[in-house]
Amino acid sequence: MALHLSPFDRELLAGQHGGGAAFAMRFLVRFAEAVDAPSFLDIEAAHVDGCLYHGRASLDFAERMLELGGKVRVPTTLNVGSVDLIHPELFRGTKEHAENGARLMRAHVELGCAPTFTCAPYQTVWRPRFGAQIAWGESNAIAFANSVIGARTNRYGDFIDLCCAMTGRAPAYGLHLTENRAARAVVEIVSIPGNWDNERLAIAVGHTIGRRCGGLVPVIVGLPAAISEDDLKALGAAAASSGAVALFHVVGCTPEAPDLETACGGFSPDFHLQLTAEDLREAARSLSNVADGAALGVVSLGTPHFSIAEFARLMPLLDGERPLIDVFVNCSRATLDELRKRGWEERLSAARVTLIADTCVYVSALIRPGVGAVMTNSGKCAYYAPGNLGVEVAYGSLAECVASAQAGKVVRL
Amino acid sequence: VSARTFDAVTLVAGAASGPVLRLDEPLSFWGGLDSATGTIIDRLHPQRGASVAGRMLMMSGGRGSSSGSATLAEALRLGKGPAAILMLERDAIVVVGSMVAAELYGLACPVALTNGADWEALGAAASLKIEAGPSGATIRL
Repeated sequence: MALHLSPFDRELLAGQHGGGAAFAMRFLVRFAEAVDAPSFLDIEAAHVDGCLYHGRASLDFAERMLELGGKVRVPTTLNVGSVDLIHPELFRGTKEHAENGARLMRAHVELGCAPTFTCAPYQTVWRPRFGAQIAWGESNAIAFANSVIGARTNRYGDFIDLCCAMTGRAPAYGLHLTENRAARAVVEIVSIPGNWDNERLAIAVGHTIGRRCGGLVPVIVGLPAAISEDDLKALGAAAASSGAVALFHVVGCTPEAPDLETACGGFSPDFHLQLTAEDLREAARSLSNVADGAALGVVSLGTPHFSIAEFARLMPLLDGERPLIDVFVNCSRATLDELRKRGWEERLSAARVTLIADTCVYVSALIRPGVGAVMTNSGKCAYYAPGNLGVEVAYGSLAECVASAQAGKVVRL
Repeated sequence: VSARTFDAVTLVAGAASGPVLRLDEPLSFWGGLDSATGTIIDRLHPQRGASVAGRMLMMSGGRGSSSGSATLAEALRLGKGPAAILMLERDAIVVVGSMVAAELYGLACPVALTNGADWEALGAAASLKIEAGPSGATIRL
């Protein structure tokens, strides 16, 4: 398919809007050709995940943009970096990694991005509106923006999200277009384990649809109407880790799924999946590779970043015994400010909680090597931590994580 | 006797030659490739332990995290990336990684889309040579 360039696209390429925008547009043109997009469309915001340090090439790319005088053309938020700039003393990696990681984060701020440093930009004042065309990186944020908000983005990432931000343009393909947002897979929850809360249900469903639905957009039928936004966040994060889910619908809950027929956009999906209580129990079990009762080294919460509502659930759980092991909670620096205003930071610290801002335990060097197994309430952290950190992982609900921290071993409630 | 030639679609331009490495399954560069050595480290990949460095890498499609672009660019920067990448499906992650190496470091790792009918013949060759220009690519045995 021949790529159509608008007059504005040609101005960008010709350098009429600066060298940084021209550099970015050259990349976007080749990217659009590679994905076979017919043209570009305007975006109103971007979320860039390129500030996590993967090696010298990522830093050289951002610094080249700066040398060319680049500035973002649309409001742009930043995903987590490799280091916590608020608590730099917590970093246990090499000095070179810490320095390059911090340099990469600052370079993005100099390009005009907002220093949000969060994987949950939808929990900030930058949350997009329904129907907005955006270019977002970070798999959980993409799933949330498309599914829970009804904004429109493809799975952008490394380099390309920044190129979209520098030009205000994105290739007009995939989930930007209405016809590609209809469900092509129906997932029906036929039974739920009796003692489960919505938090655990969301993780088990998310993990399963990621594994089973391939590249199809799923619509889920049978989730309780009272499922919270934080539960949907956890569902999307799990689905975007075990699979490539960028959009899911929940009938009666998410904005493009008032009913099954609407969610399917006039198609009748030929992929049907029924999930029973036993399937869901098995999915939750598969996220743990240590036995119940096994000794733990640390508990990590907040992958994606913990919201204020999640902290409000955590606080009363911490009123019991002081944990025997450290509890890490990852959140944004904006949430950290809110915790300070509420006077919760001291209470958390007294309960052996270490607050991590700007980054996340599973992508940074924060856990003491050899400390032992990690317990988390996150499907995403449970999926990635064994590979990224070389640790064993137990998955459990928030209440189980706190009870386990208090006991120093995996406790099931 | 003239060597056989095959036409292909250029995704990233450049010229390269080298021994062939045909992957039995697509590889996610992020988490699957050690950029410092060019070695495949994905525990579940059938060709775990093989090196992509300097190879004409035949990979039918892409796979995995978009952070694969940064991993590929970093491997190319360190001289441990493939000489060229031949594919059967378009893949934006691969294209972007190769473009970053070309733009930042002037390193050519051409990427081309080949015909399915040619895949077996290309994969059976010991080495290949590619010239990928704006109007199309030519691959020689």
